[in-house]
Amino acid sequence: MAATKEVIVKTEPFVVNFGPVHPSTHGVFRMRVTLDGEVIIDMEPVFGYLHRGIEKLAEERTYGGCIPLTDRLDYLASMSNNLAYCLAVEKLAGIAVPERAEYIRVIMAELQRIASHLVAVGAFLNDCGAFMTPILYMLRERERILDLFDMVCGQRLTYNYMRVGGVSQDIPEEFMPALKKFVKEMPGWINEYEWLLKENEILLARSKGVGILPKELAVNISASGPVLRASGVKWDIRKADPYSIYDRFDFDIPTGTAGDCYDRYRVRIEEMRQSLRILNQAMKGLPQGEVRSEVPHIIYPPAGEAYAHIEAPRGDLGFYLVSDGSIAPYRFHVRAPTLINLTALSDMMRGWKVADLILIFGSIDICLAEVDR
Amino acid sequence: MTMTTLPPDWPGNFWAHWAIFAVIIIVFVLLMFMVFVWLERRAMGIMQARLGPNRAGPFGIFQPAADGLKVMLKEDIVPAKGDKVVHWLAPLVAVVPVLMIFAVVPFQGGAILADLNIGILYIVAISSVATVGVFMAGWASNNKYSLLGAMRQVAAVVSYEIPVVLSVVGVILLTGSLSMQQIVMAQDVPFILLQPLGFLLFFIGALAEINRAPFDLMEADSELVAGFHIEYSGMKFALFYLVEYGEALAISAIVTTLFLGGWRGPLLPPWLWFLVKVGLVFFVMVWIRTTVPRVRIDQLMALAWKFLFPLSLLNLIITAVEILAWPSVSPWVLVPINFAIMIVLILLWSRLFKLGWGRVEV
Repeated sequence: MAATKEVIVKTEPFVVNFGPVHPSTHGVFRMRVTLDGEVIIDMEPVFGYLHRGIEKLAEERTYGGCIPLTDRLDYLASMSNNLAYCLAVEKLAGIAVPERAEYIRVIMAELQRIASHLVAVGAFLNDCGAFMTPILYMLRERERILDLFDMVCGQRLTYNYMRVGGVSQDIPEEFMPALKKFVKEMPGWINEYEWLLKENEILLARSKGVGILPKELAVNISASGPVLRASGVKWDIRKADPYSIYDRFDFDIPTGTAGDCYDRYRVRIEEMRQSLRILNQAMKGLPQGEVRSEVPHIIYPPAGEAYAHIEAPRGDLGFYLVSDGSIAPYRFHVRAPTLINLTALSDMMRGWKVADLILIFGSIDICLAEVDR
Repeated sequence: MTMTTLPPDWPGNFWAHWAIFAVIIIVFVLLMFMVFVWLERRAMGIMQARLGPNRAGPFGIFQPAADGLKVMLKEDIVPAKGDKVVHWLAPLVAVVPVLMIFAVVPFQGGAILADLNIGILYIVAISSVATVGVFMAGWASNNKYSLLGAMRQVAAVVSYEIPVVLSVVGVILLTGSLSMQQIVMAQDVPFILLQPLGFLLFFIGALAEINRAPFDLMEADSELVAGFHIEYSGMKFALFYLVEYGEALAISAIVTTLFLGGWRGPLLPPWLWFLVKVGLVFFVMVWIRTTVPRVRIDQLMALAWKFLFPLSLLNLIITAVEILAWPSVSPWVLVPINFAIMIVLILLWSRLFKLGWGRVEV
């Protein structure tokens, strides 16, 4: 009937910009979202706001001088970036690393993984709407890790601690007792987070089944890190392509099944527990000795190329270096895991509501400084 | 305290009494507002492993005063393409009804501005008007976030009004009166014991109606930034803040009056009992806010229509049957029965329904 037709309200989709300045974009990321009411019908990511040209800057610096640049990639996991870059240079120039330095590197990388996952999980729960409580609890523990880093290198954010052929200086004597205390207390803190929210009905309703990244899609976009493992793929560079001395440690790779936001949250929590296991073993095995091999201040690696990758907290972080025999890299390329993990964002979001947009984006856990470089 | 000891029509018919008493109540509400803001921030600070405001005065108690001074000195910005008149009017439309609620709140026996014989109906009617102000704010700001927030607010209030009112009807059945004073008088046993399900439904529904966590998705800091008041600054923003906390205060006072026996209690003076109970209810709200994540809009709707609405209808029917079947039985006999009914119903309902997942094929 004509009368009923007139009643139908014509609706049309509208475009909303989430970001670049928005509390939940974890930096300056912009999502150009087409909404039909509350439902997302399309999402277009816009990034590049934090582009500093680090890859180009590195071509003007000595190999040692590039280490501070890597700090500024993923500033929540500087130690891991340092490690990946140093591994690449060592591969390029054929430099050996003393045993003690390897152990210290592993300790730092695993502490960094815990610190980074704490921020990731806390921010994710904050995005769920658990108002500030989880993230503040988790920052409390991250603070203790930062104190540990402060002891070894005097910095709390951009550490610049690893060096080509070792680490910049030996750990101070107060470090090991503090680390022991931390490793002893941390499982209790993780349990506390679990009691607070693991089985929360609202959290389950919000994140279970939301933002599913199917296994095939995850592999096809070459996702890595917790995002890939939550989709059920058992792939961890520490096991799949062991670097440093990771083949000596005994640990598991936690995986999810559904690949939804909840699984990504669970995988991160479990990875913290596994990192503590590695830390325990590394503390026991820490030998005495040199922490840095004899490496000249300015390195002239032979012409050639090298690629080294590690399991950074956010995924498979790789550095590709090309040398022309001079003091500076001819090409310095970063395989940024978060940028690659972001490529499936639009597929994961379509059909969900505005509130899920923030949740799905938060569960990927990106660091814009690494995405844009 | 019984009815006979009350002055029959205090504060009297003389207009000056009304004016003075109205001013006293508004000042009292504003003072309580400041105390509650401080209480919330301080309690949240402690719950969140941080300190909370602790600089202005001892324990930071002057923080709300400092904040008030700050917002008054701030520049008032109106969006260039916004609707300026509506933008200016919206905070007023929102704040006046909230203050008007307190006209019928009995602070203690007789200390009530107007003991209307339709007290609770008046509250239900007047409290919904604030939503108009919120929607005006969202519309006039000419901002998509604001509009989304305002739309959510309207949807939530329309849905949650029903279970809230239905659970109030249970109390009215027990009392036989709509007067707030009479409701308190009737509570020889606090109605939270006689109406446990009604209390829960009312509290959950009220939380959703006044935008408190976990139903604060109208302002949703992490997604809509601040929702409807994103384009407000200065004193206008403070008025919305006042609305938010004024509503929380009002809901605490109503819960106290309807379910916790109002000012009644042993030993302490009645007004203190009232304040303690209001503070307790408010504290529970703060507690919930720091604990749980936020629900999604479709889950909010599902909760209202699939959980609260049928349960509040059942609650109403059960209450009516109890009153008809056992009019003279001691209330203490009904307490365990009602608690058992509540537990059975809630367990049953959580089996039958799950909060939706909300994915739409596009």
